[in-house]
Amino acid sequence: MNSTSMMPKQEYYDAMLHAVQKGERLRLCLECGTCSGICPFGHVMVYPPSRLIAMLRADRFEKVLKTDALWMCVSCYACTAFCPSQIPLTAGLMARTKEELLLAGNVPAELQDALANSQRYGNALGESPRKRADWIGGITPEVKVMAKAKEPVDVLWFVGDYASYHPRVRSTSRAFATILNLLGVSFGILGPEESSDGDSQRLAGERGLFEMLAEKNGKAFGKYEFGSIITTDPHAYNALKNEYPSLGVTYPVQHYTEFLADRLDQLRPMLKREVKAKVVYHDACYLGRVNGIFEQPRALLQAIPGLELTEMAHNHSNSLCCGGGGGGMWLDGFQWEKVHVRLSDLRVQEAVAANAGTLAVACPYETPRFEDAAKTVPGASGLCVKDIAEILVEAVDSEGGQK
Amino acid sequence: MNIAVLAKLVPDLVEELSIDASGAKLDTSFARLIVNEFDDHAIEEGILLKERFDGQVTILAPDDEGIDDVLFTAAAKGADRLLKLKGISAMETSSHALARAYADVVLELKPDLVLAGVQAHNDLDGSVGSLLAGMLNLPYVGYVSGISMQDGQAALRKEYPAGLIAELQVTPPAVLGIQAAEQPPRYVAVSKVRQAMKSISIEERTVAPTESPAVPHIGRMFKPEAAQHAIMLAGAPDEIAGKLVKIFKEIGVI
Repeated sequence: MNSTSMMPKQEYYDAMLHAVQKGERLRLCLECGTCSGICPFGHVMVYPPSRLIAMLRADRFEKVLKTDALWMCVSCYACTAFCPSQIPLTAGLMARTKEELLLAGNVPAELQDALANSQRYGNALGESPRKRADWIGGITPEVKVMAKAKEPVDVLWFVGDYASYHPRVRSTSRAFATILNLLGVSFGILGPEESSDGDSQRLAGERGLFEMLAEKNGKAFGKYEFGSIITTDPHAYNALKNEYPSLGVTYPVQHYTEFLADRLDQLRPMLKREVKAKVVYHDACYLGRVNGIFEQPRALLQAIPGLELTEMAHNHSNSLCCGGGGGGMWLDGFQWEKVHVRLSDLRVQEAVAANAGTLAVACPYETPRFEDAAKTVPGASGLCVKDIAEILVEAVDSEGGQK
Repeated sequence: MNIAVLAKLVPDLVEELSIDASGAKLDTSFARLIVNEFDDHAIEEGILLKERFDGQVTILAPDDEGIDDVLFTAAAKGADRLLKLKGISAMETSSHALARAYADVVLELKPDLVLAGVQAHNDLDGSVGSLLAGMLNLPYVGYVSGISMQDGQAALRKEYPAGLIAELQVTPPAVLGIQAAEQPPRYVAVSKVRQAMKSISIEERTVAPTESPAVPHIGRMFKPEAAQHAIMLAGAPDEIAGKLVKIFKEIGVI
């Protein structure tokens, strides 16, 4: 790339300070190293957050832009959550540095594909936008697609990329639709008019793409009448709750586990079938650590008769990332070359160590990631990975579970 | 060095294709268009040449829906001039007519190298680059996957089947059919594309397509049809061998 696109180095510090709200807290860095210690890939990052700040202060930031190790950051928010100076490291420093790498053309090829797909098709998987609602086929009562239904609904379900297209995650979407129907909720989806929420693209440094996708979604929301938004995707939840409002797209939003926990009195009598399983719950980064939703998913699991809920070594705000965030979903090959281990492997090892039969999740990135990991982690061959929505459907369905 | 890159849109195969009521062409009302993959590589190779050997890159493209985005993206990557051929759609025009439309503009631009994707999945009457070279009486090398300039000569890598690579030299001006750029087409951030939209404008040239009588006429367009299913032969090996010989004789292969 030509060098004119790069900032003069003295401006980097300012750029990082103003990257996000409260970005100027960067000045308060104590160089305690907590961020680098808690980073799940801190040992291979070359410039983990604390060293990154040191490089900024030493005016040697251009050196950082010549390495690619920063793409190991999965935006899991652990550094931000534990920083004693409360510096917005993930959304500010890390995402902004990735943006510089991106503008300088220093981007792993597999990430470029996901970004190009998001730009062209509105989903990172490169699937046809017209097929976004194909997963609803055969569900009764029929799932309403807003453009066709032409009537107001109480809740608009923001489905997200993986829940719409990934064959494994589609079954989770079908399970959640079943629950909404059982509860008699008036709901609809945008189908082909929905675009990727863009949150992971934002955290991978593609702010412009994020804004473009948010704009598209904002336009689609504006066409229809609904009371609030629910989503099965913690990344979409985070974008809708914390990022879209600053772009003028403001709606009340709930993650589905919050939505169902609010309706537990109605749901509980339906959970008649025993699910005899020892279950551990994996706190998704953008549900738990970032947005403080720890208890609702657990309350849903505990409402299921016969189910024994236990914890893995890392839980609640100290949960270990599945490796899919901040672009990690699209950097599996790159990360494997660097460390020869996947974060999902480490997490599945923890589930095995906790003697769990089922690993429960509430994020569309996780089912396929953990199922893949369970194929190779010793002792994990019997581990079931299920979304909470799927376990709930098992507990209500006397016919032996939703297919 | 003056480089012209020819880029056209083709139907995006991510979408289901359908055939229109005439039964002889694609239903373009439902087709979503995407830049021809080989042309995207030609753009990348053009930008790489500019970065390594200096020069000016001009992108030429027929006017189809979505072409502006492709042009601005090319500008964000480093292209200097964007030229849209008004009055001509790559979806409705044969390669011969497209090459003729390009010819006048290329003559005017006087590029040292014209880069075109070596082919497109909807080419029915040859590739645009080779036809253009014929019309302008310029040398043409196809399946090029690397270019370097030395002493006014272009050294080319050309791919042959079975893994054979040839190194050729050509004296510009010449037309090159690009098989692959030396690196995958780069991703360019949305913010850079938006910047390009503000800082560069698309020039327009009106051209009238002139169809060639030599262009093939499409009688029928259809999706692949399942062929006749296999015949399963049952019985002992000797029996089966006997049946096979009988069938072979019937269809005249022995």
